[in-house]
Amino acid sequence: MTALNEMQLDFVSKSENESFARVVVAAFASQLDPTLDELADIKTAVSEAVTNSIIHGYEDTTGIIRINSKLYDDRIVISVQDWGKGIEDIELARQPLWTSKPELERSGMGFTIMENFMDELMVESTPGKGTVVTMVKNIKRSNAQ
Amino acid sequence: MNVSITLLNPDIMKVDLKGEIDHHSSIVIREEIDSYIEKHRIKKILINFKNVTFMDSSGIGMIIGRYKKLQKLGGKIGVVNLSPKIKSIFQMSGLFNLVSCFSSEKEAIDKF
Repeated sequence: MTALNEMQLDFVSKSENESFARVVVAAFASQLDPTLDELADIKTAVSEAVTNSIIHGYEDTTGIIRINSKLYDDRIVISVQDWGKGIEDIELARQPLWTSKPELERSGMGFTIMENFMDELMVESTPGKGTVVTMVKNIKRSNAQ
Repeated sequence: MNVSITLLNPDIMKVDLKGEIDHHSSIVIREEIDSYIEKHRIKKILINFKNVTFMDSSGIGMIIGRYKKLQKLGGKIGVVNLSPKIKSIFQMSGLFNLVSCFSSEKEAIDKF
C-alpha cells in the first residue's frame, strides 16, 4: 500500500530536542485527523523512543537521531533510529521496570508505555551499530468527512 | 517547565508543576524539589499536576526517586489533579502503590 504522505527528520541527540521531536510528529499525524487521545499516545511514545536514543543509544556522546514517518489511510507508522551503541538483549530491555540506568532515575517503563500506547512495536538493534524502533498507531478517523 | 514550591503547613510542601515532564525537564524538577527538602527538612510532598500538559516515563522515574529519598526520612508523596492520560501512566507503572492520590488539596492536608 502506498503511503499518503511521508516525512523524515534528523536532529542532534540533545535532551532539548525531545519536545521538539514529539511535537513535529504530532503535527504530521494531525493530517489524519486523530482524536486528542490518539495524539497524546503518539507524543508519549515518540518521547520514549527519542529519550532512549539519547540516554542509552548515545549515552555520553552526541549523534544523530532520525525519525521517519508515513501516513496511511487508517494508521501512522513512525520509526526512530539511532547509530549508537545498540541493545545487547532486546527481550530484557522490553521488560517492564527493567533499566540499565537506575542511577539516572530511569523507571524502565519506556518500552512498556510504547507497547501500551501504540498498536504495534518492533525493535531492531545491533550492538555497536544502533537501534531502530518502529511503531504503528491505528487512527480511527472518527472526525473524517 | 515551571516549578513553584510552597509550604501548605509545616509538614507538607506543595509542588506546582506547569508544562511538560520529560527527561529534559525532570532533571530541573528533581533539583528544585531535592534542594527544598534538604533546606527545610520536609517529609511530605504534594505534587499538583493541574497544569502538567504532558508526562512520559521520565516523570515516573522522578517520582520514584523522590519516594526513595523520602522513605529514608520516613516521609511520603501525594499527588493531585492527574489527567486521565497521566493517571494511566501511573497505573501502568504501579506508582499508586507508592504514592497517595488525593481528590483535592484540602483532602491531602486532612488525610496526608
